[in-house]
Amino acid sequence: MLGSYRAEILKLRKRSAVWVLFGAGLVLSLIFGYLLPYLGYVTGDDNQQTAGVPRDAVLAGMLPARVIDNTIGGYPIFAGALALVLGAIVIGGEYSWGTLKTIFTQRPGRAAILGAQFLGLATMIAVWVLGIFVTCALCSIGIAAAEDGATNWPGALDLVKGLAGGWLVLMTWCLAGAALAVAFRNVALPIGLGVVWILGIETLLAGVVNSLLPALKFLSDALPGANAGSLVFAVSGMAAGDAPPGIRDAVDGGRALATLLAYCLIFAAVAAWTTRRRDVT
Amino acid sequence: MNETGVPLVEVIGLTKRYGDTLAVDGVDLTVLPGEVYGFLGPNGAGKTTTLRILTGLIAPTTGRIKVLGGRPGSPDVLGKTGSMIESPAFYPYLSGLDNLRLLAEYAEVPRQRVDEVLELVDLKERARDRFSAYSLGMKQRLGVAAALLKDPELVILDEPTNGLDPAGMRDMRRLIRELGSDGRTVLLSSHLLGEVQQICDRVGIIDSGRMVAEHNVEDLRGEQELLVRAEPQQTAHAVLTKLLGANAVHRYDETLRVQVDPGRAAEVNRVLVEAGVAVSELHSTERALEDLFFELTTSKERADVG
Repeated sequence: MLGSYRAEILKLRKRSAVWVLFGAGLVLSLIFGYLLPYLGYVTGDDNQQTAGVPRDAVLAGMLPARVIDNTIGGYPIFAGALALVLGAIVIGGEYSWGTLKTIFTQRPGRAAILGAQFLGLATMIAVWVLGIFVTCALCSIGIAAAEDGATNWPGALDLVKGLAGGWLVLMTWCLAGAALAVAFRNVALPIGLGVVWILGIETLLAGVVNSLLPALKFLSDALPGANAGSLVFAVSGMAAGDAPPGIRDAVDGGRALATLLAYCLIFAAVAAWTTRRRDVT
Repeated sequence: MNETGVPLVEVIGLTKRYGDTLAVDGVDLTVLPGEVYGFLGPNGAGKTTTLRILTGLIAPTTGRIKVLGGRPGSPDVLGKTGSMIESPAFYPYLSGLDNLRLLAEYAEVPRQRVDEVLELVDLKERARDRFSAYSLGMKQRLGVAAALLKDPELVILDEPTNGLDPAGMRDMRRLIRELGSDGRTVLLSSHLLGEVQQICDRVGIIDSGRMVAEHNVEDLRGEQELLVRAEPQQTAHAVLTKLLGANAVHRYDETLRVQVDPGRAAEVNRVLVEAGVAVSELHSTERALEDLFFELTTSKERADVG
């Protein structure tokens, strides 16, 4: 298993698409977490970015105390979509390149290889989360130094909860992409379906249920996006009013955590069951 | 290596069905330790499906299959089997070296073995190039290197000379012969009759999913026959069929090939002349594997039509 894990890490480490996706996630976090708010802050009170938000509040949102908000604020939707793409290209690539037959004829069994692939993805998602966190932390330190802001950091437990929560959100979407890739045995269709779901369908469904079918709210509250947004809301210090898209308190943090863990298990189990049973042609 | 003579591959009554299509139909196959076994058949005959079953990539519909005494696809069996099924498939963004390194990690093989197999297939100088930049021949050689990585008892190669130029084919055949002479067991599929005849000790012929023959190649080489060119050919065919039986006389373009002891050549000539047939050529010839192959497949076609 350790050998298979090392092989997966080698594949991920040397694949440029993995780093392009990470870069996209990082750039999005920096643009929405720091660049645009900072431009708004330095150009005064009366511009569109800060309309209705006091300058002090804009600055406070960029200081180290809010680093977790800025690190994981985009995870439920934008970074989640990138994580789904990661899962789809890593697992789906094995089908489109035909490499599945090459690795399945080595020593380990199929379940062990798939397990190693999931562990590799989990490691890469952790690298993403830590990379974005470190960069956001550096930005917040820079802004605090430049604007003479406070350099209070969240408590260690809050940091761990925030980063672990963010990791779980991305891992859920990544495994969703992996399970779709196993189901469709390619890369393009899982990405198309998954990204459309994350960016459009789920939000639309939640909106329709809330406005027209409130009796079905229990269903929309069980969807992965709703729980991803609720977990990020629970582990960060965001106010409902200034939370980014996709982050809301649809369900409480404990339930969101349990639901996302259940989704991870379901996606992994579906992928493993299908991979073990299906002919590799 | 297995020195006991117990078959390394034993397949009895193997079938594989995809919906209404029977891809493999009751195949029996035995590969003995240390031999190079040729699995011969036209495209679409069921060779690759059979080899995929032997490597555990697909599950059989029915049949009893033992590879190295175990279940195909089990970690124990895979650890002692090297294979290249259809075209070699590797990660295009990695170098040949990295592709082999990661396979060595999966297979828990020491890293130094990677250098050994690269040397063996003469790919060391281009090992750091990306796989996507390799020529077809280099890809094929990397596939063989990957198959040898585990220093396997059994090597399964599916059409290893596919797409190679003549020099590449010659090198690949030499490599496979060396594997066989090292005492390794090789199961090789091909649709190239000459290739099988040159490399293999024994051959199994599969057609439309059915195993139609299994022979020692040496025996096939040893079988002799008479080649007869005579006019009118139809009369000559009828006369020889009456003399030797229908199964002994076969038409090939303008000649007849007659399965009979070449010592009876004078008798054959006399009978033809007495029947008013003009014999322009009559000599003994070795019966090639190609002839047997077409004989077996065309006789089956005749049977199917009948």
